Amino acid sequence: MSYLSIHNLSARLKGRPDQILRRVSLEVAAGEVRGLVGESGAGKSMIGKAILGTLPHAVEITSGQILLDGTDLLALPPAQRRALVGSKCALIPQDPLTALNPSRRIGPQITNRLVDILRWSRADAEKRARELLAEVQIPDPERVMRSYPHELSGGMRQRILIASAFAAEPKLIIADEPTTALDVTVQKQILKLIAAMQARHGTALLFVTHDLGVVSKVCQSLSVLYAGIVLEDSTIPDFFHAPKHPYSRALLAATPKYTDPDGSLTPVPDAVIAATRAEVAAADRSAHV
Amino acid sequence: MLDGRSAIKRKLPARLVLSATWLILLTLAAIAAPLIAPKDPLAQDLFLGQLPPFWVQGHEPGYLLGTDSLGRDVLSRILYGARLALTVALTAGTITCIIGATMGLLAGFLRGWVDVLISRAIDIWMAFPPVLFSILLIAVLGPGLSSIIIAIVVIDWTRFARVIRAEAMTQGAMDYVASAQVAGRSRISTMFTEILPNVLPTIVVLLTLEMGISIIVEAILSFVNLSISTDDPTWGGMIAEGRTSIHQAWWVLVFPLATLFLTVLSFSQLGEGLKDRFDPVLR
Repeated sequence: MSYLSIHNLSARLKGRPDQILRRVSLEVAAGEVRGLVGESGAGKSMIGKAILGTLPHAVEITSGQILLDGTDLLALPPAQRRALVGSKCALIPQDPLTALNPSRRIGPQITNRLVDILRWSRADAEKRARELLAEVQIPDPERVMRSYPHELSGGMRQRILIASAFAAEPKLIIADEPTTALDVTVQKQILKLIAAMQARHGTALLFVTHDLGVVSKVCQSLSVLYAGIVLEDSTIPDFFHAPKHPYSRALLAATPKYTDPDGSLTPVPDAVIAATRAEVAAADRSAHV
Repeated sequence: MLDGRSAIKRKLPARLVLSATWLILLTLAAIAAPLIAPKDPLAQDLFLGQLPPFWVQGHEPGYLLGTDSLGRDVLSRILYGARLALTVALTAGTITCIIGATMGLLAGFLRGWVDVLISRAIDIWMAFPPVLFSILLIAVLGPGLSSIIIAIVVIDWTRFARVIRAEAMTQGAMDYVASAQVAGRSRISTMFTEILPNVLPTIVVLLTLEMGISIIVEAILSFVNLSISTDDPTWGGMIAEGRTSIHQAWWVLVFPLATLFLTVLSFSQLGEGLKDRFDPVLR
């Protein structure tokens, strides 16, 4: 059975009819790496936030279930939910530049969570932090732990955040576009690092991205999201050899090719967008009947 | 990896040194006023009225900054006036800061109905003209030190609340706050451990500004005779008295005014200087 399973999750802006998520269903098995792809505004980050309980105030969940290891997170009172999510899940955020508190040193930012929330002893937590920093190939962990975030490069900060995400041995990590804010040369290293850490720790990973190239390298399966609807749910080999949905096919065709760097960009054809929108509208109608 | 910024030991900026020096001297002088004041600030001597300061023809030894129309020593009165001014600045400034910053943090970080409630209160509050509001408050509460402090706090908390609310909203949208939440920290705990340290530089600047503003408000209130009892020397009261004799004895007006000006300026410069020292990136 899946470690994380989302059933018919719908969300909208408070007081407005606009749907952000439309009956999204999604499964992530224990130890699986699932890609969640879609264009900007498709709602992929919202799914991550809904799982972690960090949705913006203006967004409300209207229906559905988020089962984490069989427990429905949406049915739990806030304090219990925080405790459960805090012990089982972690986040690798998008922008390493804003994801570390600028006024605190690195060390406490990794260890405080272990000490305050998971009740580790300070010595154990610090030892663990040093091991993890070494594991993500940070030279001189002692010195880095005493540094402030602004003293480190973006790539280093992202490694620290990866180390921090794995610190409490979570069962599920949500990586929200973890390489988008980094430059291309660093991206590859960070992807390799995430993949290696995932393999070593056996953590399930929900990898949110708009980059199909990244998905093909890191993930085992993927879900394609458009306007808050899951259009396609398939394994990586199936998807790249024979995408089922027309939108998926168009998306795949629109991916810039490294082999042809001077080739013009192919947009997703208008006809495909129109057909997909019609499909979304039809799904909305049938849900309201 | 570690860059050069951390290695630079920058020397203290001049404005921080100058403003801190002035405020420390003034505070020491205020505390030691009974010991160092050359004359009794309340002693009148009509034969020694309107004596000029020491470098002007016709001065008397012992009256460094001259005397007012009633023959009271200007320097001694400024020193005693500093006690009230600084007491008001420190207490009113601090209380305003605590109340305003707490309101701002709660509104900006918790959002929702808490924000609606606090923000509407601020909007309504700020529609009152502040000087009239404070005069009205003193009229109701009666003159006295605690009334002045209450008036300043009641009027000025909105200044903090608005700015800190905006700052807390900006910080609250950062990923490190989301990470803290995912890690299982409660909202209130996140507010203190993650948000507060990052709005602290702003709070410090506002606090010192507020201390300067408190001194001005106290001067305004004593200028219109609504401060503490009329016997005790206040800078505002001295300015009001000096105004009537500006053509015969300019020093009665100019010295308290200059002291007031320097003190308020020092508070604002101290704040700006401290902000740079507090900022983790510039530190």
